[in-house]
Amino acid sequence: MTTTTPQVPSVKQLRSPKGRLTFLRPAAGFAAAAVALFAVAPLALSDFRLGLLAKYLCTAMVAVGICLAWGRGGLLTLGQGVFFGLGGYAMAMHLKIADAGPGQVPDFMQLYGTATELPWWWRPFANPVFALAATVLLPMAVAAILGSFVFRRRVKGAYFAILSQALAAAFAIWLVGQQATTGGTNGLTDIQGFFGYDLDDPVNQRMVYFVIATVLLLLIALARQLIHSRYGELLVAVRDSEERVRFLGYNPANVKLVAYVVAAGMAGLAGALFVPAVGIISPALIGIVPSIELVIGAAVGGRASLVGAVLGAIAVAWARTALSEEFPAAWTYFQGLLFIVALAFLPGGLASLVGIVRRRRASRAPEGEAA
Amino acid sequence: MTDPTTTEPRTDTGLSGLEIRGLRVAFDGFTAVDGVDLDVGPGDLRFLIGPNGAGKTTLVDAVTGLVKAEGSVRFGGEDILGRSVHRIARSGIGRTFQTATVFEELTVLQNLDIAAGAGRGTLTMLRRRKGVPESVARALETVGLTDLAGSLAGTLAHGRKQWLEIGMLLVQDVRLLLLDEPVAGMSHDERQATGELLRRISRERTVVVIEHDMDFMRSFARSVSVLHAGKVLSEGTVTEVQADPKVQEVYLGHAATEGTTTGVPRPTAAQEA
Amino acid sequence: MTVILGQMFTGVSIGAVLLLIALGLSLTFGQMNVINMAHGEFIMAGAYTTYVLQKSIAGAGLSLIVALPVAFLVSGALGALLEWLLIRRLYLRPLDTLLVTWGVSLMLQQLARDIFGAPNVQTRAPDVLTGNITVIGGDDPLTFASSRLFILGLAVAAVVALSLTLRLTPLGRRIRAVVQNRDLAEVSGISTGRVDLTAFFIGSGLAGIAGVALTLVGPIGPTMGTNVIIDAFLVIVVGGIGQLKGSVIVAFVLGVLQSVLEYSTTVSVAKVLVLVAIVAFLQWRPQGLYTVRTRSLV
Repeated sequence: MTTTTPQVPSVKQLRSPKGRLTFLRPAAGFAAAAVALFAVAPLALSDFRLGLLAKYLCTAMVAVGICLAWGRGGLLTLGQGVFFGLGGYAMAMHLKIADAGPGQVPDFMQLYGTATELPWWWRPFANPVFALAATVLLPMAVAAILGSFVFRRRVKGAYFAILSQALAAAFAIWLVGQQATTGGTNGLTDIQGFFGYDLDDPVNQRMVYFVIATVLLLLIALARQLIHSRYGELLVAVRDSEERVRFLGYNPANVKLVAYVVAAGMAGLAGALFVPAVGIISPALIGIVPSIELVIGAAVGGRASLVGAVLGAIAVAWARTALSEEFPAAWTYFQGLLFIVALAFLPGGLASLVGIVRRRRASRAPEGEAA
Repeated sequence: MTDPTTTEPRTDTGLSGLEIRGLRVAFDGFTAVDGVDLDVGPGDLRFLIGPNGAGKTTLVDAVTGLVKAEGSVRFGGEDILGRSVHRIARSGIGRTFQTATVFEELTVLQNLDIAAGAGRGTLTMLRRRKGVPESVARALETVGLTDLAGSLAGTLAHGRKQWLEIGMLLVQDVRLLLLDEPVAGMSHDERQATGELLRRISRERTVVVIEHDMDFMRSFARSVSVLHAGKVLSEGTVTEVQADPKVQEVYLGHAATEGTTTGVPRPTAAQEA
Repeated sequence: MTVILGQMFTGVSIGAVLLLIALGLSLTFGQMNVINMAHGEFIMAGAYTTYVLQKSIAGAGLSLIVALPVAFLVSGALGALLEWLLIRRLYLRPLDTLLVTWGVSLMLQQLARDIFGAPNVQTRAPDVLTGNITVIGGDDPLTFASSRLFILGLAVAAVVALSLTLRLTPLGRRIRAVVQNRDLAEVSGISTGRVDLTAFFIGSGLAGIAGVALTLVGPIGPTMGTNVIIDAFLVIVVGGIGQLKGSVIVAFVLGVLQSVLEYSTTVSVAKVLVLVAIVAFLQWRPQGLYTVRTRSLV
């Protein structure tokens, strides 16, 4: 091997021909997003609209995880609703217990008339710290167990997608079946308070919105760090060629597991915050159909691009509310078309349009290095 | 765990050889490798040749843990057969594939950096890569891809992808390289360059090359094993193997059915590609 | 004793339904590796075809018999159209195919809602298929529902027909050639495009037949496809890709398992337990029950 000192260009030079200004772009993006979320939206939107935006932002949190797992890692997870639901139910269980007051059981349990005291698996959720931790850790634990089984045995691609979807179906069916303890089809509804704050008060609703917006930005920052880290590069390598990664001495199962578990934690957090924002969690929000709807936003915006996935999720959630209220049939057709157009003809999502334009502009400029 | 950014070529462990005994691989009734005994000495540049279906690639698959096999494979004093693929890779064995397999959507630099990092700790993994690790820079230089470090691997020409693969094995710091047809589809000049590269590499590492190109073999092999129907037919230097009547029979028989192919090691044939 | 036999029969008949809905997938997913989420809606199309035919043909028995070939043609045509319009543009992109066909399935469901209305509809089973057949008489009788027996017979007939088609006909040989080596088949003069189209027609047509069968055991509604599609895919995944006999065995095993678990727990718990069993099974055999060992990387 040669022993000469190599003349290698620095990474920054390699990365962007325009030099050092590029690192400012994400910072500027974050600042713009923060201004939009914390100043513009609360001023411009009515309480009702702001509440809807809070709900969309929860969807966007799930999309951040999907971007990581699917966009970067190639893991098409059609069961994010399960993790969203685990987080949501963990939070809602605590809030229902708190609403009922000491010694009482939640209203729906009284309604069905069977339970005079809490079922054993409800009891820990009376503790706010336990419940809060569970909203994130419970989904992560489930994802870790399932993922370590599935990835180690190299169940991948479409098989993984179908299994994750089956998980969503089974979870929703199980929840419906346990009516006495889970509220069945209705779910846990009519949640009044949020850690001592009355959720009917618009001021407190605003506070919930701000919490959600903050958490979303934090999750985006976390995902960005992961994507640009060495781990993020390795994750793309696993997506490209899992077998090759294995021959380099890595265990791809662990690489995928991290992305899957992180995505699950994000979905759990989203579910947990969805509950105070909307006041309900139910099987209809977490089964096969809502799980796959969580994917479409990321797909439309651009699964591999964080900004694309987040904006796509918000836009699709908004379009859903806007269209489905007045034209439910038209919305379904539109949604179907979105799937078809976004995935068959624009697999990179809308975010890829930016790249296409930029590349076209770049190709007009003189090329520096290509031989 | 050592910091990978300062990984030096291995000097402490020295060179390791490969010792295969009674290796058998069967697919649903078809025996692809049928009792192979093979010794590759430390620092050898061994060529594995043989007609299609002789079991060359399957042999490499078995050594690297891709397919299940019976028998024993010892490398550097350890029995590695039955270990999982990534553990075998970590014990210092690297391979390339017939069709160059690189991470097409990552840059050359990222490809090499990933290859260098199997032993990295969690914190290093979660941080951004800053600068170019020295071993990566050296490998870029060795395989002549320094200027293309920022290009996506998918845009590289075929021959360069194969060099990138070899570069990845270098930064992976393996002690045994198993190369599956590394010069297939390369021009004459590229073949020469690759051969000289392999020669240099084999001073510090053990190299096994599966090859169909006989001129390339004649120019660069230090020793040759001929596989036929899942067994080792002949072994020795290039001259010894070419003089072996068994080899001539197999190859001439092969040649008689297929006409004149470039893959026939007749002692008289010396045409350049 | 008769309880056990009765449960076994229930399981076998659940298995027969599973087999019928999965059979078309064993061709499109198992052989051609296309993940068609709209397969469930092709089942729905078959069911609605039966419903429409019964409204226009007087006799329930006659309309059922007519419905079988007509549903095959209707669903097959839908499938061929889908293949021609979308799926052939998406070969080698299985995950995108999954989501695109999910979009198609949403639109087909809405179409059904617009044409037939959102509430479920029902067909009338022919008289011969409404009663029970007594297998063991006496004090503790064992009876089988005749509609279930009909479905079992239909499933067996469909499996035999499909397997004979694949094994004996020139079309079957071409399909297998394309499945094993697309490029080689192409250079050998096989029009892979036409083979894909035909195979998709047959696979989707089988979904139509499954739809006819489902009208005998349940209501017809826009979402009936979504309810069965995941189970159908699981059958193929567990049975092993491209392995008809794997699908057959797994369909019946899952059916019996479901019925036994339902008997000892509840329907919803049984569903969850079956899924756990599947995940556990895939630990043991990640490629499914039957696999072909190859040395390819994938």
